[in-house]
Amino acid sequence: MQAAVIVFPGSNCDRDVAVTLEQVSGRKPHMVWHKETEIPKVDLIVLPGGFSYGDYLRCGAMAAHSPAMRETVARADKGVPVLGICNGFQILTEAKLLPGALLSNKTLTYICKDVTIRVETSQSLFTNAYEEGQTLRIPVAHHDGCYSIDEDGRRELEDQGQIAFRYCAPDGSVTPEANPNGSLSNIAGVFNRSKTVLGLMPHPERLADPLLGGVDGRALFESICGALV
Amino acid sequence: MKARVHVHLKNGVLDVQGVAIKHALGTLGFDGVGDVRAGKLIELTLDESDPAKARASVEAMCKKLLVNDVIESYAIDLVA
Repeated sequence: MQAAVIVFPGSNCDRDVAVTLEQVSGRKPHMVWHKETEIPKVDLIVLPGGFSYGDYLRCGAMAAHSPAMRETVARADKGVPVLGICNGFQILTEAKLLPGALLSNKTLTYICKDVTIRVETSQSLFTNAYEEGQTLRIPVAHHDGCYSIDEDGRRELEDQGQIAFRYCAPDGSVTPEANPNGSLSNIAGVFNRSKTVLGLMPHPERLADPLLGGVDGRALFESICGALV
Repeated sequence: MKARVHVHLKNGVLDVQGVAIKHALGTLGFDGVGDVRAGKLIELTLDESDPAKARASVEAMCKKLLVNDVIESYAIDLVA
């Protein structure tokens, strides 16, 4: 599996995700600067975490219109899988590749800690190496991670099985206390309708190596690799 | 001419900044404050002098970049 990682001014998880992708796939991803209008032919495009354009205007708003994103949207429309982590998720919603939007955390604070999330479906190229209902310990690190969508949109996400991950208690129960940022229905990650685009606020690349203290995030990359070999 | 774009979170979208401001006002002894909504003001200086054309152009900017219509609403004021 050959991946490309788009690098924006202010990205800061581009290297972490590149290391994980290389460990899992055995191939170094292409690092594509946001000003590039061409992206090499790849099996997966990754939008990394960080603070693209200093989060000016709205998180991800500027990055969503960069030349590399125009090409990413065109590829996504052709079915090329796209993964957005944290700021990458915000960019995907701003680019309208994913429904909803990410607002300031309900706490109005920056949250950096491990959370527990529940895998809502294993029926996707991003989650097939997990079990449905499995709980994962994954770090979050964001100020604007409160997922928001109107009631019709929420119902559509549920009906179409587009909710990928929910914040939950360690026993897997979805409770208000387990919701770190006020996200609607504890939503931590969503797919597009065809499940070829995934965005999530937690950082699976930060717990994908035993040296980092855990490997719960690794299977997300193994899922993709297995599905795209 | 100048255009002022007022951007607010839509009604129904929880405005946590507004809630925090309301709480702070209460702490400072300002009673009787109901709902507080915090928005932002974007002021644009335009070459265009025709109000209709200027408004149409700013509308397009709002739809394309300045506003996220999933969560935000906006109002445009033109100032000669």
